[in-house]
Amino acid sequence: MTDYDAIIIGAGHNGLICASYLAKAGKNVLVLDARNEPGGCASTREFAPGHHVSDCAQWLSQFDQSIVKDLDLKAAGLKLGTPKTTISLQSDGDHLVLDGDTISGAGVDSADQAAYRDFKKMVRSFAKLMTTLYRSRPPKLVEQNWTDRLTLMKLGLGLKLLGRERLRDLMRIVMINIYDVMNEHFSHAALKSAIALDAVTGTNMGPRSPNTVYSYLHRATGEHLGQSGTTQVLGGMGAFGRSLATAAEKCGANIQLDSAVTAIVKTEDRVTGVTLDSGEQISAKLVISSADPATTFRRLLGYHQMEAGMAKRVECYRSRSGTAKLHLALSGLPSFTGLSEGQLTERLVITPPMDGMETALNPMKYRELSDLHTFDISIPTLEDPGLAPQGQHSLTAIVHYVPYEPDIGWEAGKPQLLSQLISELEGYAPGIGALITASELVVPSDFEASHGMTGGNWHHGELSIDQALMMRPFPGSTQYATAVEGLYLCGAGAHPGGGLQGLPGRNAAREILKRGAL
Amino acid sequence: MSDVSRDTMLLTTPFHSRVEAMCDLNDWGNWMGYTTPNAYFDVELEYFAVRSTTGVFDLSPMNKYRVTGPDAQRYMDRLITRDVSKIGVDRVGYAIWCDDNGQVMDDGTIFRLGEQDYRICSYQRADDWLAWNTLGFDVTIENESESVAGLAVQGPTSCTVLTLLGCTDLNQLKPFGIAHYSFEGRPLMVSRTGFTGDLGYEVWVPPESAEALWDQLFELGRDYLIKPIGSYALELARIEAGFLQANVDFMPAEEVVRVGRTRSPFELGLGWLVDFKKPLFNGRSALLKEQEKGSRYRFAMLDVEGNKPAEHSFILKGDKQVGTVTSAAWCPTAKANIAYAQIEMPHGAVGDELVAEIYYQRELHWTRLLAPCRVIDTPIFKSPKRWQTPAPPH
Repeated sequence: MTDYDAIIIGAGHNGLICASYLAKAGKNVLVLDARNEPGGCASTREFAPGHHVSDCAQWLSQFDQSIVKDLDLKAAGLKLGTPKTTISLQSDGDHLVLDGDTISGAGVDSADQAAYRDFKKMVRSFAKLMTTLYRSRPPKLVEQNWTDRLTLMKLGLGLKLLGRERLRDLMRIVMINIYDVMNEHFSHAALKSAIALDAVTGTNMGPRSPNTVYSYLHRATGEHLGQSGTTQVLGGMGAFGRSLATAAEKCGANIQLDSAVTAIVKTEDRVTGVTLDSGEQISAKLVISSADPATTFRRLLGYHQMEAGMAKRVECYRSRSGTAKLHLALSGLPSFTGLSEGQLTERLVITPPMDGMETALNPMKYRELSDLHTFDISIPTLEDPGLAPQGQHSLTAIVHYVPYEPDIGWEAGKPQLLSQLISELEGYAPGIGALITASELVVPSDFEASHGMTGGNWHHGELSIDQALMMRPFPGSTQYATAVEGLYLCGAGAHPGGGLQGLPGRNAAREILKRGAL
Repeated sequence: MSDVSRDTMLLTTPFHSRVEAMCDLNDWGNWMGYTTPNAYFDVELEYFAVRSTTGVFDLSPMNKYRVTGPDAQRYMDRLITRDVSKIGVDRVGYAIWCDDNGQVMDDGTIFRLGEQDYRICSYQRADDWLAWNTLGFDVTIENESESVAGLAVQGPTSCTVLTLLGCTDLNQLKPFGIAHYSFEGRPLMVSRTGFTGDLGYEVWVPPESAEALWDQLFELGRDYLIKPIGSYALELARIEAGFLQANVDFMPAEEVVRVGRTRSPFELGLGWLVDFKKPLFNGRSALLKEQEKGSRYRFAMLDVEGNKPAEHSFILKGDKQVGTVTSAAWCPTAKANIAYAQIEMPHGAVGDELVAEIYYQRELHWTRLLAPCRVIDTPIFKSPKRWQTPAPPH
């Protein structure tokens, strides 16, 4: 007899979702997490007195709505804000506004407006196809069985329905880079870079890196997953994590926080449980890890416990990120040139032109600080004033082109980068520096330490074609099972990948139940 | 266009000056990138030296890797399919290693030179695979291929010749044992191992000793009819003795590009080298599954009627083609026509009567021969001398 049917490592959104579905099916599930709050990357933290920010994930933009329904997350307390428009800030104050399929401002002409509508239509059709794949177990191409054949048939039909032109476009662009695709479609520099931003944020790439079209399409699946745009979670991301935990407990799952798993226990030919930092051992029929693959296999299982070919796959798995978070506590509402106060609640982005974005990749690659960054800004306190003391505000920004570990070290690097970022912001919000009462820079290695994501990569491993679909995280450990008997994956390192989506957790639970592994 | 070949120039072994001097036929081959003699003076006579007196084969091109460090034994145990702890210090073990799919990458010999000190002697270059295998283990891998020269000294008089060379009490060395001597002030290691199925040794020295070793061996061995042997003679001896050859009888898994062309240990008749009682090793889970579900192929040694070697033959069961021959030879000592074949399951069990479809040509005239053959259970050549200790006097 084992203590539990399944132990889930990590109470992040995917771990909790997987636990909920398994518990709903009557399984006895224990979720373990090292942190003292559920939610993983969906977390909120007080970074300065009275100032609470979503300290890891900032926006909810691609969460699968069927999960909201299945787990009744609204009853569990999930409240979303209103969908945001994206405003790409220009230094002259004539900003580019991207609202659904329409764009305006910044002197964008009618040709680009029409091209944008066409582009969105194309992206939508591709993303729809991907969503079909995302909602099911990734089909293997060689050892076909009927489930996989059905998925492939659906995919084939979807491809056919795209039509000749679209299909050709998809085949042509899916492996290339967003830079070329942008230049093909548009002439407006700010428009190109505003779109390219979504292709590179959260990755270790620049706009000319191959796979950036894929990472862009990945984000575009949000629309088909039922999410009506980029939104903020009221109460901060931590509220989202808590609602998932409430739902999981309602389904019957047990959640044990402050309990770091230090090792996955393996005897003979299968995994039998986990060891906690307290030394306690807990046994289960299955261990399902929502930790990233590098953490799961390298740190918790250990290379000596797997066959060498698998160890090689783990070692070669790419999991770096050039994305950081900037948190500012502000004594009052900042003013951005050319933005009305009402617009400050929208999603504000700052991007250099695409060539600048590509140039910024170089210092990041070579462990130096860049003097150009992209910003994806939220001032959450406008829609959710409770997150800061009365009259005060917080600004959080996802900042790209930050090295994992600069050669000068983060002790010297952080103050330097912080003042660099603030001076970049000053160009769009003059006087913002004077409003700052506290600041915090969370770099990729901080995310690794605080949230356990190897390399600080919020996808739990670079989302590129060679690490996607039936190859995610790597051949031999796909379809949520791994090459090690009794060990499953349910995190963003499994198909379909990262972003607050919930599908890896849901798909993993379904697969485990379908296989009768429990 | 240049008419210069793009192939890498072949290397020569530390014995080359001596080998070249004795290679009367000037018949050279490329063995793993080295210039090696196919035959020195007469293939049959070279073969009979191995069986009746002493044959000397230069095996320096074999790849040698030294594995040392606190985790050396654990590393070896994960690498190979047999239980490495059963190989004692100063002992040698024949072993195979597999990839994660349980497909054979290579075979070779494991020399245990100390508690945590092993030498892998492999047919294939294995630098890359051995390096990946170090993940998670505190070991150092050193490629010793060029710093260790080797001669196989094989045959009934081999012990006597090597004793004359200064290998005192060599006749007490058990099969698969290792003994250490010195030769002209440098270390000389002898292992009672070989590829011929008879009494025989392999002698390992630093390259600086190579030429002197060759000279003294042939000087001291003259009265014992010592002869150099080339690849062709060795090929005859190893087929007769039941040894498999990588790249001939199986494709090293890493070199295979086409699906289904690799083979598992069970499919090569090497299941006895797979030990499921020991913990994790590469290929374990796939091999456990194969054991449960059954293999695709069976390795069969065939005793073929007639005297036409069944080279490259199809093997038939009735009208159906059930396999192909990988190695074949007329074996002079056993006086048998032997073939190794890959037979599709469920055929090829010991005693199974099959037919070899042999094609041979005399003066441009091709003849097709349907030779009955029978699956035999042990190699056709079995010399008691191979296993006797003390080594029998000739």
